[in-house]
Amino acid sequence: MSGGLGNLIKTLQIDTRLLGMIGAFIVISLVFHVTTGGTFLTPRNLFTLTLQTASVAVMATGMVFVIVTRNIDLSIGSMLGIIGMLMGVIQVQILPDYLGFGHPSIWLITVAIGLLLGALIGGFQGWLIGYLTIPSFIVTLGGLLIWRGGAWWVSKGTTISPLDPNFVMLGGASGTIGVTASWALAVVGSILTIIFLINTRRKHIDHGFAVKPVWAEYALGAILVGAISGITAIMNAYLVPTRILERRFAAEGLEMPEGYTEAYGFPISVLIVLFVAIAMTIVAKKTRFGRYIFAMGGNPDAAELSGIDTRWLTVKVFALMGALTAIAAVIASARLGSAGSSLGELDELRVIAAAVIGGTALAGGVGTIYGAILGALIMQALVSGMGMVGVDSPLQNMIVGGVLILAVWIDIIYRRKTGDA
Amino acid sequence: MHKSIIAAAIVAAGFSTAAFADAHSVTVGVSWSDFQEERWKTDEAAMLGALEAAGAEYLSADAQSSATKQLADVESLITQGVDALIILAQDGASIGPALDAAEAAGIPVIGYDRLIEDPRAFYLTFDNVEVGRMQAQAVYDVQPEGNYVFIKGSPTDPNSDFLRGGQQEVLQAAIDSGAITVVGEAYTDGWQPANAQRNMEQILTQTNNEVDAVVASNDGTAGGVVAALAAQGMDGIPVSGQDGDHAALNRVALGTQTVSVWKDSRELGRNAGEIAVALAGGTAMTDIMGAAEFTSPGGVTVNSMLLAPQPITQDNLNLVLEAGWIAKDVLCQGVTGLAVCE
Repeated sequence: MSGGLGNLIKTLQIDTRLLGMIGAFIVISLVFHVTTGGTFLTPRNLFTLTLQTASVAVMATGMVFVIVTRNIDLSIGSMLGIIGMLMGVIQVQILPDYLGFGHPSIWLITVAIGLLLGALIGGFQGWLIGYLTIPSFIVTLGGLLIWRGGAWWVSKGTTISPLDPNFVMLGGASGTIGVTASWALAVVGSILTIIFLINTRRKHIDHGFAVKPVWAEYALGAILVGAISGITAIMNAYLVPTRILERRFAAEGLEMPEGYTEAYGFPISVLIVLFVAIAMTIVAKKTRFGRYIFAMGGNPDAAELSGIDTRWLTVKVFALMGALTAIAAVIASARLGSAGSSLGELDELRVIAAAVIGGTALAGGVGTIYGAILGALIMQALVSGMGMVGVDSPLQNMIVGGVLILAVWIDIIYRRKTGDA
Repeated sequence: MHKSIIAAAIVAAGFSTAAFADAHSVTVGVSWSDFQEERWKTDEAAMLGALEAAGAEYLSADAQSSATKQLADVESLITQGVDALIILAQDGASIGPALDAAEAAGIPVIGYDRLIEDPRAFYLTFDNVEVGRMQAQAVYDVQPEGNYVFIKGSPTDPNSDFLRGGQQEVLQAAIDSGAITVVGEAYTDGWQPANAQRNMEQILTQTNNEVDAVVASNDGTAGGVVAALAAQGMDGIPVSGQDGDHAALNRVALGTQTVSVWKDSRELGRNAGEIAVALAGGTAMTDIMGAAEFTSPGGVTVNSMLLAPQPITQDNLNLVLEAGWIAKDVLCQGVTGLAVCE
């Protein structure tokens, strides 16, 4: 980075790695936009892309913590499978018998049980790793086989469907909050962002730290608010297909008015990702739990000597991973509208790849939540874009594999040049 | 000498009293590869029915997914004096020694459902190319023109291309005449519904929803396709599948899937029983009714019988109900105004 642009970025104190990833995403999008003849960068495709990314993105945030503590979790794809399957059984075969089909509390009970299961399974694996000191690679490799087999066992290979109509809203295009609520959310988000910027500046001044020039603060605020508005505008620009609207009116016995249109707004699953991302970033940066995780990853011996209970910390990290996997299971099965025993197959590798592309170092100690989510988005953009161009899946896999290696190599060079950890 | 002592000991222990009770009755031995899998119980019941009707006896062994145990199982069945063997091979490539032993004892062998690439075994299975033809035909019957999408199976499964070949055969003429345009085609990694859904979403985006019919290669991928179509309010256009999955049959009843090509494993079991009795009675493999030559992917020509599967559409859902394949409340969940569900 040289000259005026470099100075500008430095003054704004923007993470150059973040810029690099956004740049990579834009380049990929532009290439596909041209090769697909102008359909990649449409509101519809970007909307679909966020839905397709949601489940992996949620798990990738947890994987950052796992990898930062110098562990790995290979079992999440299988865990997603068995939790998705159990939630399917609960909401289709068990709860309707007591509550009646479509009862509004079915989805809530189902999700609560799923989260509990995820935390328990993850916590148990964490206990094996932390207290019995079995390497995480082995424990979770065993878990990969056990939970996948278990998913088959629960249903004897059959697919559970159709899922509860309220539950399905958590995963797909049928569950969106509409235009007005989306803009309201954007306004709230923008205000919170500005308050955050002001607070940070005030704290820096209080503690006598160097602060950015005032114009830089304004510029940063403008960029962030602009980004929030832009994303909201895109989500609100995608119109609900006319056929769905007609059906909705017909179901209520009404005639659809001529020229009636309606836009989707934010899907619930994407809001879940946003919520998870913000919560996990706060955990990583602002809580003792988060600081311990990075301390343990940076130097486990020093962390233990300074009084951190690394074994209990390991249990908590894996339990958190399990709970996030359960959220991903909700999104994945809801999006498909069914739960089959192959749900989540190979997701562990997609998630690890997303975290690593996002700058999480397998040596431990380094990683960011937003990086992992952007990594997931970049991978999904590649796969979806190639699908649109008509690249066959064996070739898709080869290209994604190559990009993974390339991304890590670029990251290594970047770290060497900047002297970052 | 030694073998007859063992045989006598087994008879004395009561393992196979019926086999020697009547010198004229036929005994058929079945070597299962993995009997813990749910579906084989259906096959076994049908086999038993056919054998009972022919007055034949039944002996069986379960290899518990071990190719080594299966060899020992076959030897043990031969020792117990079976007149014909039905082998569901755990590993078709390593079953050779069992065939050698059967040949030495002069016992005919049927390769059940999974191909044994050896001319000494009679190959009995469903015709996968025919499944593909039936899928395309059922979709074509409803939608003889317009934009077609093909959602294929896993790229690593040879059946995917057999199926696609059968689909192409049926639609070739319409494609050549321009009545049908292929606007999208994609393999589905690991046959996963989620991958099929993603591929279908991308094809719909790319074609701006100008899709009139989808030929999906099995019920799992069809589930992903229907989910993608539903997000665009397009569920209800013709979609194919196979396997008779419960979820898919429910979709057929609901009208969101056109056809599920069903392989009734009871047919397979019944035929295996009948062919085994015929072979044991001295009928040559080539003289079995309906037998034909089949050239395996490895270039081996074997005698075979490829059963025709049954396409299940809204018009013949009663077949799966009457067969006890699916319960009525599962089939008819959320369905209104369909005679079968009343």
